[in-house]
Amino acid sequence: MANVAVADLPASKPSFTLNIDWSKLATHIVLLALVIIWTLPTVGLLVSSVRDKDQLTVSGWWSALTTTQRTGGGRTLAADAQVLENGVYVISGNLLSEDEQGRTLSAYGLTNNTFGDNPVGTSVAPKEGGELTVNADGSYTWVSETEFDFKRGQRVLYTAQIPPRFTLDNYREVLTSEGIDRSFINSFTVTIPATIIPILIAAFAAYALAWMQFPGRGYLVAIVVGLLVVPLQMSLIPILQLYNGVAPMLGVEAKSYLGIWLAHTGFGLPLAIYLLRNYMAGLPKEIMESARMDGASHFKIFTTMVLPLSFPALASFAIFQFLWVWNDLLVATVFLGVGDNELVLTGRLRELIGSRGDNWEILTSGAFISIIVPLIVFFSLQRYFVRGLLAGSVK
Amino acid sequence: MFDQVLSALTTVVIGVGVCVLYFWGANWVLDRLLGGDNETSKNDGLRTSIRPWIFLFPALFFLSLYLIYPVFATVWLSLFDSSGRKFIGLGNFIWAIQDGNFLQSVYNNLLWLIIVPIGATIFGLIVAVMADRLWWGNFAKSMIFMPMAISFVGASVIWKFVYDYRSGDSEQIGILNAIVNGLGMEPQVWLQIPFWNSFFLMLILIWIQTGFAMVILSAALRGIPEETLEAARIDGANDLQIFFSIMIPQIFGTIIVVWTTITIVVLKVFDIVLAMTNGQWDTQVLANLMFDWLTRGVDFGRSSTIALVIMIAVLPIMIWNIREVNKEEGTR
Repeated sequence: MANVAVADLPASKPSFTLNIDWSKLATHIVLLALVIIWTLPTVGLLVSSVRDKDQLTVSGWWSALTTTQRTGGGRTLAADAQVLENGVYVISGNLLSEDEQGRTLSAYGLTNNTFGDNPVGTSVAPKEGGELTVNADGSYTWVSETEFDFKRGQRVLYTAQIPPRFTLDNYREVLTSEGIDRSFINSFTVTIPATIIPILIAAFAAYALAWMQFPGRGYLVAIVVGLLVVPLQMSLIPILQLYNGVAPMLGVEAKSYLGIWLAHTGFGLPLAIYLLRNYMAGLPKEIMESARMDGASHFKIFTTMVLPLSFPALASFAIFQFLWVWNDLLVATVFLGVGDNELVLTGRLRELIGSRGDNWEILTSGAFISIIVPLIVFFSLQRYFVRGLLAGSVK
Repeated sequence: MFDQVLSALTTVVIGVGVCVLYFWGANWVLDRLLGGDNETSKNDGLRTSIRPWIFLFPALFFLSLYLIYPVFATVWLSLFDSSGRKFIGLGNFIWAIQDGNFLQSVYNNLLWLIIVPIGATIFGLIVAVMADRLWWGNFAKSMIFMPMAISFVGASVIWKFVYDYRSGDSEQIGILNAIVNGLGMEPQVWLQIPFWNSFFLMLILIWIQTGFAMVILSAALRGIPEETLEAARIDGANDLQIFFSIMIPQIFGTIIVVWTTITIVVLKVFDIVLAMTNGQWDTQVLANLMFDWLTRGVDFGRSSTIALVIMIAVLPIMIWNIREVNKEEGTR
């Protein structure tokens, strides 16, 4: 738009046009740089999670599309595979297993010190006798005039160009053997009740604080605002002690799903009440008053008018709470056990960082599984999230 | 597993059911007991004064149990030893000010409190101002905003990979070391460089919080009247002058809001330090130290003491917020 306007200006001001373009260009470049810096780490994680785990450890994810040079090894067949051809004994086959097909060998050798010494196509003389020739595609022929007699095949080491390989094996591994699948279910188990239960409780309280007259209302609002910033660290120990004391009396475990659902409900309420109260207070006064005139009770007004009208605020809070509970590590660590049936994704990921810190194929795919759900929620409901953010920050 | 999902769903149904039953039932009982055909104005008044508390009761119950009571209980616990039985007065506080780890944490937290809010606000402001001028600005905002959805642990894995270090001649697979290598410098073990390693951890939180700052500041910038900006342009102000002399003063209140909100996040975040270094190499912060004494040290007294220090740090912001809200509403 601005460009069009500038272009329409009389030609007597060419320098002005030039200035605008330069600053626009600079803006483009700076913003692009920021966007790249901000997204690159996540892209790296995603790309790495689908790379072959052997390639992942030897080359950077940015070179995922290029071939890598690596050393490898294979074993020839043993003497029992030999055939007599034109008067010589021949063993032939391919050093590359099915998985390894596609590698291009450049040089090979028979010991750790000589694997780069012999270009492909040339021959070496193994101690078992005869002449062994290895080709670029991994195929080999081993020819001898005397009969071969050995039990194990000859080990051959090589350097090869390995084409990029993408795979979902890493995901298969974390889902089946690292317990991420179970944690995924556990995270949902924690998150869904912990998101839904506070909403109703908060909605009623918010309505009372927004539209009902009673002594001490202002103080209650002030208390809610104050509680918004109380660090959770303050609550953990007393609640933990409370659970430890009450659970045996009821004959249940102190660390249970019920405990964490209720805890998240308590911790989420200040924001829920604050968000909903602000929104409800902004609803048109006339509607409320005319409904009151018609003899509708507060209960009726709340359920039939205010609740449906407050949908955007309810959605905002629901997204907040969902993301916060899903991403929470602190409350889950303190109030839930570490067994397979209770460990949530964040807790599992933390455990993997400790136990599998160097296995990037596990960490990257595990991390991606843990962030995919919030990312989907976030991108599909960003509008409500932003609205909640704007309403939720205390002005 | 199936049982577990079923119990979660059952809880949702029961939870919602109990709520509905309570609100509807209490309301019905109130109407029944104090109502009837020949209701008096006295009863009417009584009902009006009881009803708000029916609406409020469950919320007040949860808030009192999970947030208000614990504040007092934590203060009380901080006066006891690790078992929580023997009263030691200010013993834990005396321990704290003599403990190297605690002092290190306070020092690091001060650094975090300065760097992270400033970093996130500056980057957020830059993006907010720039994105509104470009056709692909909304896309840029979405991308910068995205880390907000990622958990601190997830973000830690992402950045651990960025900072990865390979010893010897192996090719660097962490992008930071690869860049450093490409520029002809020595790769570093970033997380083990004393003092500076804290900054690499702060960068993660800045990466997450910039999106928040951007959204809030962007909304505030849109609120600046177009006439104000137009007038400045006519007077010959250039972009930089407009930014510093018009925009910044106009949105200063919002900058304070962003700043206080991020300050609180900084005080509460422990996951990043836990996952990246677990406080080794002088990177400890209060929230993680508290977590450490709670889960590994199992010392409720010391743990409560550290929590209390975090609470005291939050207190000025809490009081400020309450005063701001009261100014708007007037305490009624």
